[in-house]
Amino acid sequence: MAQFRPGTPEQEAFLAALLERRLLLQTSVPGVYGRGGEFEDVRVGVGEMVTRAGAGERPEQMRFPPVLPRHDLETVGYLKSFPHLAGSIFAFAGSEDQAAEQYQRACEHEDWSEFQSMTELVLTPAACYPVYPTIAARGKLPPGGVTVDAGGGYVFRHEPSGDPARMQMFHQREIVRIGEPHAVAAWREVWRDRAVTLLRELELDAHFAVACDPFFGRAGRMLAASQREQELKFEVVVQIAGPEPTAVASFNYHQDHFAEAYGIELADGARAHTACLGFGLERIALALFRRHGLDVAAWPIDVRHALELPAQ
Amino acid sequence: MNEEIRKLVAQHARLAVDVSTLADDASLYEAGMTSHATVNLMLALESGFDVEFPDSMLKRSVFESVATIAAALGELQQA
Repeated sequence: MAQFRPGTPEQEAFLAALLERRLLLQTSVPGVYGRGGEFEDVRVGVGEMVTRAGAGERPEQMRFPPVLPRHDLETVGYLKSFPHLAGSIFAFAGSEDQAAEQYQRACEHEDWSEFQSMTELVLTPAACYPVYPTIAARGKLPPGGVTVDAGGGYVFRHEPSGDPARMQMFHQREIVRIGEPHAVAAWREVWRDRAVTLLRELELDAHFAVACDPFFGRAGRMLAASQREQELKFEVVVQIAGPEPTAVASFNYHQDHFAEAYGIELADGARAHTACLGFGLERIALALFRRHGLDVAAWPIDVRHALELPAQ
Repeated sequence: MNEEIRKLVAQHARLAVDVSTLADDASLYEAGMTSHATVNLMLALESGFDVEFPDSMLKRSVFESVATIAAALGELQQA
């Protein structure tokens, strides 16, 4: 069981206020919340802003469910980098007697895991993951590569926390660029600036920072240092409920990591490079509630217009 | 020591070229070593030389070439 990380007093107080106002809805598990109507309007509004900002690139639209073939998680090496965050789907496969025993134990809330077997599915840890095998299966890329809008599906990270900005399941709004190295790197630069502009339009104090992923263990420290030195990951950070600013968007240059795993080739047969950008929609919504208050009706009119919030 | 390092590089760094064609100070990254391959090489060096790289050495420059790896291992073995 992953260790619960309590929030700071400020984070716990912010969470309590969000629950009290029914913007978030409590479940029995930390980091898993329902969303109230007003919260959802804001979250959807942020997602639509990203859609409009990227429309000029005419990305191909793809949508996937929040589960991923286990084989794909294995292929990209996720269990090496993030074994602590992955969620695998298990299901019952047994006899009638075992089903009865499982049910009895479940009624007592005891351990019934011995009756469960691994399925071919895992929970999607990043919304871009299904895109790479889909593109690879088409054969060589067209000249200029491809841009894919992967939508804003739910993703899962097993890290129970009392910080409302660290959810176990949240919506990640992702766009992916696959092509020649220089084109992919340039695309990421454009979006980095575009994202800061977009968030500042919402009157958020957004800043750009070089970052690294929470890779696991000692090997992970090496990967993180390498990622930082090569500036492969940028984040846009915003103050939510202290003490440190929180990443609300990230821009990841994978070089040929995914292209090698799936054999994605440019039109001339050379290996492609990939990059993705992800906006954490709940985190941006939380930053807005923190910045402008819990009463959406009282938010600045320009912010309400930018989010296309329904009239009060 | 360099020959032993070269053997581990050949096994773990997944270079695009034969390591025997590279000079001691040639960049392994330019020869195609990825971040993930660097981690595998780092772990292989630790078990091969019975050392543990401290956090301060877990960075790209330490694993840049056969020569930089030899320098780091020399430092650890003296300590």
